[in-house]
Amino acid sequence: MRLMSAPFLILAAVTLVGACAAMMFRGLVHCALALAIAFAGIGALYLNLGAQFLGLAQLLVYVGAIAVLIVFVILLTRGADSEPLSPAARPVAGIVVATAIFVILAWAIIHSGAIHSSGQPAPQTTIRQLGGALMDGYVLPLEVIGLMLTAALIGAVIVAMKENGR
Amino acid sequence: MTPLAGCLLVSSMLFAIGLAGALTRRNTILVLVGIELMLNAANLNFVAFWRYGPHSGAPTGMIFVLFSIGVAAAEAAVGLALILAVYRHTKTTDLSQLIGRRP
Amino acid sequence: MLDQIFVSLKYWLLGYAPAAIEPAVSILLTILPILLVFPILFALTTVLERKGLGRIQNRYGPNRVGFCGILQPMADGLKSLTKEDIVPAAADRTVHFLAPLVLLAVAFLPYAVLPIGRNMVVTNLDTGVLFFFAIGAISELSVFMAGWSSRNKYSLLGAMRAVAQMISYEVPLLLSSIAVIMAAGSLSTVEIVEKQAGFTGIFPHWYVLTPWGFVGFILFMIAATAETNRSPFDLPEGESEIIAGYYIEYSGFKFALFFLGEYLGMFAISGLGITLFLGGWSAPLPFLTWVPSWIWFFSKLLGLIIGFIWVRGTLPRLRMDQLMNFAWKFMLPMALVVVVSAGAWRFLPQGVTRWLVSIVFLALAYLLLARGVETRNKIAKRTYRFAE
Repeated sequence: MRLMSAPFLILAAVTLVGACAAMMFRGLVHCALALAIAFAGIGALYLNLGAQFLGLAQLLVYVGAIAVLIVFVILLTRGADSEPLSPAARPVAGIVVATAIFVILAWAIIHSGAIHSSGQPAPQTTIRQLGGALMDGYVLPLEVIGLMLTAALIGAVIVAMKENGR
Repeated sequence: MTPLAGCLLVSSMLFAIGLAGALTRRNTILVLVGIELMLNAANLNFVAFWRYGPHSGAPTGMIFVLFSIGVAAAEAAVGLALILAVYRHTKTTDLSQLIGRRP
Repeated sequence: MLDQIFVSLKYWLLGYAPAAIEPAVSILLTILPILLVFPILFALTTVLERKGLGRIQNRYGPNRVGFCGILQPMADGLKSLTKEDIVPAAADRTVHFLAPLVLLAVAFLPYAVLPIGRNMVVTNLDTGVLFFFAIGAISELSVFMAGWSSRNKYSLLGAMRAVAQMISYEVPLLLSSIAVIMAAGSLSTVEIVEKQAGFTGIFPHWYVLTPWGFVGFILFMIAATAETNRSPFDLPEGESEIIAGYYIEYSGFKFALFFLGEYLGMFAISGLGITLFLGGWSAPLPFLTWVPSWIWFFSKLLGLIIGFIWVRGTLPRLRMDQLMNFAWKFMLPMALVVVVSAGAWRFLPQGVTRWLVSIVFLALAYLLLARGVETRNKIAKRTYRFAE
């Protein structure tokens, strides 16, 4: 039973602290910046697991674009005022549900066969193979996601546009 | 505690944190933040199984996560545009005021 | 040989390290030149820029501090270290403190994938170009952190403008590099330079000497000027526009860190432009290959820096809406046409055909986009009532 390596533990700790902070801070912009830290931590975890292209794509897309988008929308909706932590109704219910789900998942993981699997060498997927797979076997999802991104782009612009004459 | 189990535990913890945030926070944008965290937890799961699980050298795990990142980006963009549009009409992003509101 | 002098120096020094810490010493010896050379280049560039701009504007630059002002960076460094560090009372102290640090960390990272000479790259990543762009995208967040934490409406406005500008110009930057990646067949910077290191007759195989490479290089440099907030795209930080934008509330050493971060970003992106289009460390003519490779890299870098300074002294600043229109309505379609043209170049047989096809694609796109955009807002010719 191999112990987990120190880089993995440090990165996991940073990610989890960032995620907790993102959900618990009072100021909205602080939440967004903590979320950016959590995303960067997850990107670093991908790099640690040997998925080079994925880790860098995660950094480029999530930290470079989605975190900035969230920050922009926070500023555009005047969210700089701090808000209370939880709604007036039952905050405890959400936390209880989340803890229950975590306990069930952790129990399933620990008692499953995953804990006994042997360490295998990392799969050597190069960029060339990834590109080849995208163009060869997965070309239909590639085209569909291109179409979907175009539709999302146009849709988001239209939904967020200022209406004239109001 | 193999590395695979460690990765899976981290991803389930991330999922639980995202879920707790999405269920308890009152601001719409923070609900979206929670949803993004949940998506990221699932992606981490995929990458962990691609790396440590039984595999035949196929890049299927990576490709799934790539498409998942793309879809999450599009969904975040559209969701935030919706939040902006709702804010313009109702001047608030507070969920407790938006639920059951008469337009 | 003079070409590999630094590599041999590193291995000779490594021979003296005890075997236990040899990996750590190796890493340190690889990183140390970058940490030393580029800040010195930054100091030289500040003095070059001020004197260059001064000469363009028909005045001397700084000429008091050394012979012809060459010790001016020392004076600047001393000044910024001894100035009082003022943080506004309403500012968010943690984020205000972290912003220059994040910018500096993110400014040093991209140098890891630039090949400065033959066998002289910090790390030969399989996805080097993607690493460069991912790290560059993170710097937008630090700009936003600086602007927002100052709790100053001008600072926030400058930060939002800067981030919007950086996001818009990232797309033509990425698309023009995709054309190069397609032609080279790899994302690794070392391989891209090696593909450009050959000669046919007297002409090198640099990508800038192909039609799509030439247009791509121009688009890349324009987008690079916008990414690093240099004139004529420096609306978010112009002193006469928005009183230095997102770093108004920074004084003393933190301001110097921002300055350093911005110039380092400029050098890094010029370095990437040299790697992708200008052939990296390869010589321009076949009989000049005896000159060491790192001298070629730094001469090209110096040439690009002089180009940046020249453009700063010559062109007026663009307004925000002009800037955004330029990015989305001209540069993005043009970059897409460059990608198509690069594809046509790759698959047509060598000879006059592929030159003609590429040039026709690019010229058609340019005429339709540039002339089409220009005729929309016709400004009336100015008539003078009393001066005729």
